[in-house]
Amino acid sequence: MSQLEPIMQVTDLKVRFPVKEARWPWQERRWVKAVDGVSFDVYPGETLGIVGESGCGKSTLARAVLRLAPVSGGRALWLGKDLGQMSEQALWQSRHQMQMIFQDPQASLNPRMTVGDIIAEPLHTYHPELSADEVRQRVKEMMQKVGLLPNVINRYPHEFSGGQCQRIGIARALILKPRLVVCDEPVSALDVSIQAQVVNLLKQVQQEMNLALVFIAHDLSVVKHISDRVMVMYLGRVVETGLTDHLYDQPQHPYTRALLSAVPVPDPKKEREKQIELLPGDLPSPIDPPAGCAFHTRCPQATEECSQKRPELQGDEHHQVACLKVTTVTSEPNKEEVTDAETAVLN
Amino acid sequence: MSLLTVRDLQVSFDTPDGEVVAVNRLNFSVNAGETLGIVGESGSGKSQTAFSLLGLLAGNGRVSGSAQFEHQEILGLSEAAMNHIRAEQIAMIFQDPMTSLNPYMKIGQQLREVLMLHKGMSKREAHVEALKMMDAVKIPEAAKRINMYPHELSGGMRQRIMIAMALLCRPKLLIADEPTTALDVTVQAQIMTLLRELQSEFNTAIILITHDLGVVAGACDQVLVMYGGRTMEYGSTEQIFYQPSHPYTRGLLKAVPNLESRAGELNTIPGNPPNLLSLPKGCPFNPRCQESVASCFQDAPELISFTGGRQRACHLSLQAEEVA
Repeated sequence: MSQLEPIMQVTDLKVRFPVKEARWPWQERRWVKAVDGVSFDVYPGETLGIVGESGCGKSTLARAVLRLAPVSGGRALWLGKDLGQMSEQALWQSRHQMQMIFQDPQASLNPRMTVGDIIAEPLHTYHPELSADEVRQRVKEMMQKVGLLPNVINRYPHEFSGGQCQRIGIARALILKPRLVVCDEPVSALDVSIQAQVVNLLKQVQQEMNLALVFIAHDLSVVKHISDRVMVMYLGRVVETGLTDHLYDQPQHPYTRALLSAVPVPDPKKEREKQIELLPGDLPSPIDPPAGCAFHTRCPQATEECSQKRPELQGDEHHQVACLKVTTVTSEPNKEEVTDAETAVLN
Repeated sequence: MSLLTVRDLQVSFDTPDGEVVAVNRLNFSVNAGETLGIVGESGSGKSQTAFSLLGLLAGNGRVSGSAQFEHQEILGLSEAAMNHIRAEQIAMIFQDPMTSLNPYMKIGQQLREVLMLHKGMSKREAHVEALKMMDAVKIPEAAKRINMYPHELSGGMRQRIMIAMALLCRPKLLIADEPTTALDVTVQAQIMTLLRELQSEFNTAIILITHDLGVVAGACDQVLVMYGGRTMEYGSTEQIFYQPSHPYTRGLLKAVPNLESRAGELNTIPGNPPNLLSLPKGCPFNPRCQESVASCFQDAPELISFTGGRQRACHLSLQAEEVA
């Protein structure tokens, strides 16, 4: 993977929103730091999974890399060019190759447009020279590809179930043959059996079109199935990132471990015997995130040091962790270095 | 002796497009202190089952059949009689804690109201009792939070309030309709642990409605699998998970992405969830079933009982180990 040039390079990206509140002129404006210094690369044809609880900034991050949310610091490079510095014209050209799939399949389709019009709209925008027949032809080919019967081309979104609407959304995102598709919780609104269909479809088109996917979800088991690399976020920061196998086999950060242990296993014996690391309390407010390590207020291993010093991501290219309590990051699974706390989880 | 016995429950709605049968001849029973899981995809009728038991169906809904709660028929009770069953005997937790609390009322007022109406407590007594229950569901700083409005609390906290409210009158049966669907996994784990603890403390029976098979595996004793308003399979959790005998249950179990298995294609159930307005002839699952035979398209399979108190509705012959 490292021989290839990344198509998207994000460095120290920050997004903040002003807090709307009554204040006196001499009082300082407060900000919500939705994304607080996140860096990652996306290589052609790979899938980067981003997981975290609601409010951790994963959706804002997705929007920010496509310049759909205001970036207040850091850079997002698309094929080596800074998206933040691009002119409107250049940005418009770049977006040709970056598309997005949204969470709510029904709400992201215009109810007054037919399926054919919805899927064709990107073509009308970027290829106005195409004749109506050609557009229709391409739309039908794309519909076939995502598993929609071409004879439904004149129907409206409300006539479809959630899973089919998500297929329409996918067709719309793929019709321009993009190189990067950002999927913001594409399957969380769907039933289990339909979820599996959509995940398989995404994997299949990814292989056919050599797509890079940024896949955002709160369901860790879905992310495991589709991702090559995974990034775990907490309160706007990355706490752990690594190759999927490394991260799931050897989770290092206490937050990642808690998150993994909380996922219910569809097996009665295992589910009842497993130890869940229950996190006390709720996600702190991102307006005043805790000083030092943002996770120290809920961390079972936190000490004095954690509330003062902010940990940086450390480790090799396969696995990085931001935690003061984790000193060595093992990129190769090695059972001898498993700590007591981890043994509890693994058991 | 079972606490609740449901026989031939049928729920239908009159719609402009015709009659929709949302729940079709459902049978199940729940014992005190036990948890029954009702599993199914959207549109399978699991929520309407719960609503019909508490008389909460929409205006165009009709219910028939029988539901015996402690030997008393609760279907078709008068509104006044039903109000004594609700909250006092059977309580419900709804899916979305955001929309099921009144945004204009403080938490305390909403909790006190239940006790003042059902137990005839004074405001002061009710306040003390409400605080106790908030402690029981592990809400920190209950004395402060009782004077807050729902929007001031996080999703997990609101769901705890909903649980506290449901348990105020110590009901014998708690119906939880997707109690953790809107929550994050870490909060879901907290809530499910809490429900388990409260269940053993108060000996409450729980009907847990969910589409998450992982949650079912951890919490339920019996499982009812629904599809298109009908029972597909009914049995103990172990039987359903380790020896699923209906093709739909098998498909559902295979389609769940698992943390333990490594990537690769996920197994799917082809096709789409059923449209209740135009259910296929025969078994409702036949368009998506990979093992269907000719008779599946002719008539709907009857629910038959077999070993170990299990039930299933399928034309396929039972496998040898299941009959034994």
